[in-house]
Amino acid sequence: MIAMSTRHILLGLLATGPSHGYDLKRRHDERFPQARPLAYGQVYTTLQRLVRDGLAEVDGTDSDGGPERTVYRPTGEGTRELSRWAAEIAPPAPFVANEIFAKVVVAILSGGDPAGYLSAQRAAHMERMRELTALKAAPGTDLATVLSADYALNHLDADLRWMNTTAARLTTLTAEVDAP
Amino acid sequence: MSRPVPLLTARGLVKAHGSTPALRGASVELHAGEILAVTGPSGSGKSTLLHCLAGIVRPDEGSVTYDGRRLEELSEQRLSALRRTEFGVVFQFGQLVPELTVLDNVALPLLLAGTDRAGARTRAGAWLERFGVRGQDGMRPGELSGGQAQRVALARALVTSPRVVFADEPTGALDSLASEQVMTALVHTAREAGTAVLLITHDAQVAAYADREVRLRDGAAAALGVTA
Repeated sequence: MIAMSTRHILLGLLATGPSHGYDLKRRHDERFPQARPLAYGQVYTTLQRLVRDGLAEVDGTDSDGGPERTVYRPTGEGTRELSRWAAEIAPPAPFVANEIFAKVVVAILSGGDPAGYLSAQRAAHMERMRELTALKAAPGTDLATVLSADYALNHLDADLRWMNTTAARLTTLTAEVDAP
Repeated sequence: MSRPVPLLTARGLVKAHGSTPALRGASVELHAGEILAVTGPSGSGKSTLLHCLAGIVRPDEGSVTYDGRRLEELSEQRLSALRRTEFGVVFQFGQLVPELTVLDNVALPLLLAGTDRAGARTRAGAWLERFGVRGQDGMRPGELSGGQAQRVALARALVTSPRVVFADEPTGALDSLASEQVMTALVHTAREAGTAVLLITHDAQVAAYADREVRLRDGAAAALGVTA
């Protein structure tokens, strides 16, 4: 299972323009209010790993009247990696909503294709729901399987409803996320 | 692998209710024996699409072809005969005749098609049995639960052995377990009989019973959520 990826989210935030760690932390916590706030240490460690892996590079320094801070920007490889991740469908399983949410926000921030992603993710969810429904409706299915399928179906359905609403809201949402 | 010719095809359907557009160029295909879910938000034209495909209303533009016949070229009389013999329709509620018993409700389409009364009632009883509502055959529709009423409505839609059943939100007024019973009965029966089903629903858990989904948006079949 693909975990919620701090490195990809930071890459997504960097895609909007070079930033330093403090600014990235602040913007992350604003954009993902339901997520656990990022620790500064985690931001700096992740940035160093992005540089080590060739996905980000140092753009210079910025003091802005305070302490000097290193400013980072994504490399070409980092931009490609972000596009790959943003288009990758999350495995349709219960509790993937945070990852879907992150991908949609990142796609909007980085000028990606959130509608295209939602469409593909929605199709993957429906396919999984069809499999679970066939399993549940097959003659002789035991109760534990039925209950387990019900549980998964209801959670996937909740994701799907959120995706439908988000697809309908995309025009407004894009304007809001783009706003400074 | 090439797919066989669709049983029912709509191309570029346009339909307005007064000045309000309901369909804006919707196209859809239904293959023999296929269960197809048509989903979409309220007002996306789902029910209007069903009405056009079932020959209940005529589109303003576009064509509907059923088994090689263009519906817009058929007279009202021929269209009515087609609906009676080849199509079955189930709505969300309200389609059973309140004055008739459950058995006579299901026998009604056969009587209209010219079957004798005894034969019609025997076949109606067999269909009620398949849908698990044989014990209610002497009741009036008002005495049934919502789930029972919908299973009777399905028996009535299928009693003439149609090639296509059109179901418009057949579980829209039911709780989740009653909905599951109705959908399981519909899907099992349609698969056994090789009946194609066009299922209109706003509920993804109901759409998941279908083989395929077409999503309508603003009166047009969108690529969103369409899977083969």
